[in-house]
Amino acid sequence: MKNEPILQIQDLKVSFQSGKKFLPAVDGISFELREGEILGIVGESGSGKSVTSLAAMGLIPIPPGKIENGEIIFDGKDLKNISEKEWRKIRGNQISMIFQEPMTSLNPLFTIGNQLMEAIRLHTKFSKTEAIARSIELLKLVGIPRAEGILKEYPHQLSGGMRQRVMIAMAMACNPRVLIADEPTTALDVTIQAQILALMKELNQKTNTSIILITHDLGVVAEICERVIVMYAGQVVEQGDVRTILKNPQHPYTKGLLKSVPNLKEKKERLYSIPGTVPTPGSILQGCRFAARCTEVFERCRLDAPDLYNLEKDGHEVRCFLHTLKEGRDEHVGVTS
Amino acid sequence: MLTYTVRRILSLIPVLIGMTLIVFAIIHAIPGNPAQVILGQRATKETIAALTKQLGLEQPWYIQYFDYISALLHGDLGISLRTRGPINQEVWPYLAATMELTVVAIIIAVIIGVNAGIISAWFSKSWFDYAAMVFALVGVSMPIFWLGLMGQWVFSIELGWLPTTGRENPRDPVTSITNIYLLDTLLQGRFDQFKIVFQHLILPSAALATIPMAIIARMTRATMLEVMRSDYVRTARAKGLRMFWVVYKHSLKNAIIPVLTVIGLQTGLLLGGAILTETIFGWPGIGRYLYDAINFRDYPVIQSGILIIAAIFVLINLIVDLLYVLIDPRIKFTK
Repeated sequence: MKNEPILQIQDLKVSFQSGKKFLPAVDGISFELREGEILGIVGESGSGKSVTSLAAMGLIPIPPGKIENGEIIFDGKDLKNISEKEWRKIRGNQISMIFQEPMTSLNPLFTIGNQLMEAIRLHTKFSKTEAIARSIELLKLVGIPRAEGILKEYPHQLSGGMRQRVMIAMAMACNPRVLIADEPTTALDVTIQAQILALMKELNQKTNTSIILITHDLGVVAEICERVIVMYAGQVVEQGDVRTILKNPQHPYTKGLLKSVPNLKEKKERLYSIPGTVPTPGSILQGCRFAARCTEVFERCRLDAPDLYNLEKDGHEVRCFLHTLKEGRDEHVGVTS
Repeated sequence: MLTYTVRRILSLIPVLIGMTLIVFAIIHAIPGNPAQVILGQRATKETIAALTKQLGLEQPWYIQYFDYISALLHGDLGISLRTRGPINQEVWPYLAATMELTVVAIIIAVIIGVNAGIISAWFSKSWFDYAAMVFALVGVSMPIFWLGLMGQWVFSIELGWLPTTGRENPRDPVTSITNIYLLDTLLQGRFDQFKIVFQHLILPSAALATIPMAIIARMTRATMLEVMRSDYVRTARAKGLRMFWVVYKHSLKNAIIPVLTVIGLQTGLLLGGAILTETIFGWPGIGRYLYDAINFRDYPVIQSGILIIAAIFVLINLIVDLLYVLIDPRIKFTK
């Protein structure tokens, strides 16, 4: 059952207008989400993670945004050219989303009950009493105590963790088939983070909802994801099974990300960080996009853009020339910085 | 909510005291003997003495103030020097006329202004947005008397659709009950008169609505643009909510507070009597009443007029403050 893809993104290219030019924020990414799995998407700010997820919700602001190319196939149907009306039937119903900032993602002027029931009644024919019952059920599902009382409260009366639970309850209102979580734990305390992650894992197992978890934290990915996609500058640079990638990363960027996760076993003065920043969209015209920050860069990297190469291991793909050099280590130019 | 309301009303007391002090001081700001100034050069000693006594000017100022306040608390605003009538009875028809005009003007301004602002923000950078904002800019910069005159010229004189001046048909005057003629005609079931009264209202209220409408539209647009970029609006869209409800439910409620402030201030300004508009359209409002009082140096009337206008301003601000709490539940929790 887990092998059936529910959501497929194929060669998606999303650009944003800046002045007169369109700059690609997401440049030809492809991946699939299988039924019932938790897929992690990892990358720094500006790597195109959020744009990808907004595209899957049909929420790219047009203009200035533009979907230039690619397909978004949900349950066998291409969503790219469907009308706004059809999108509304999918959003919050079949695919729903939770966001990074629980403090600002709920409307401050409406009660929790109002906002939850709105999500429920939008996609169902529930009466008001049924919607109230469902709201209470949802709040209990996400582990909120005294659910009846919470319905009458306003977002400012709840803590950040509670608000994120409410957001999850709202996203789960219509038993969506896909839940996209855009950095759901970034703004929360570490202990609350662990609770929210555990909750998402639990919901995934209980309801078989597929989850896309967007994060910049490989620790979070290690905790609950089955597969992971590493994004850099609008492209997928590595993807595969979580265990394979954590143990045996092939792309220098993934290696860098892993090195920058704090480790309790080693004593270090400073945490490792990858030098430099993600290039702005459209600024790299030639060669590998990571070349300028790569510690293992060599001549070819600056000339050609690498494709995604399929490694022997099942589904492990990497966008790097390194592994094509079986004995070509002598071609190395060395460290850039 | 109740404690907030009570606290807010109690906080008005010092404001009201301050207001009466200032209004009371007006008569004392006149250089020399106020009675002499009021009556003019040719007044006899006796008349000056009589007026001094009538105004209580021979008493020490604190006694005068105390008398003034105790009269006010009994609803006594004094006697008009011009008509010799009690001001509290005389002022009402004028005030009612202004209120009627203001309410209609503000309703027009709010309905058109708020919606124009919303649609401009919703479809920002569209032709509607540009057109509405140009109109709004023209609206705030247009002299209102010029607009009033143009309205009269086009709609009354050239087209003959609407009456030029006044509140009613002078050959068939409205029997007044409340002096708010729209209400009076309805109460008496005189729908023919209602129509005439309404026709008389259109031009002056449209002229009066122009500036508030433009200000409200620009304010609504600015706050809506900001709100529509917020996270909870994105959440509402992610639920699959129609854009109409995203805009009119989730965004508008958040954007309306600064707009309400502007609406309150503008209503206060209009209730203070738009002297120019009332003059052009021969509208017997509070602005005209005060203007005439100033010409006649009718100080008790001027004092009372200022006091009434100030009190209305305070009252409207109170209403706006209470509306804030109804809209935003976070307000009552912050001190």
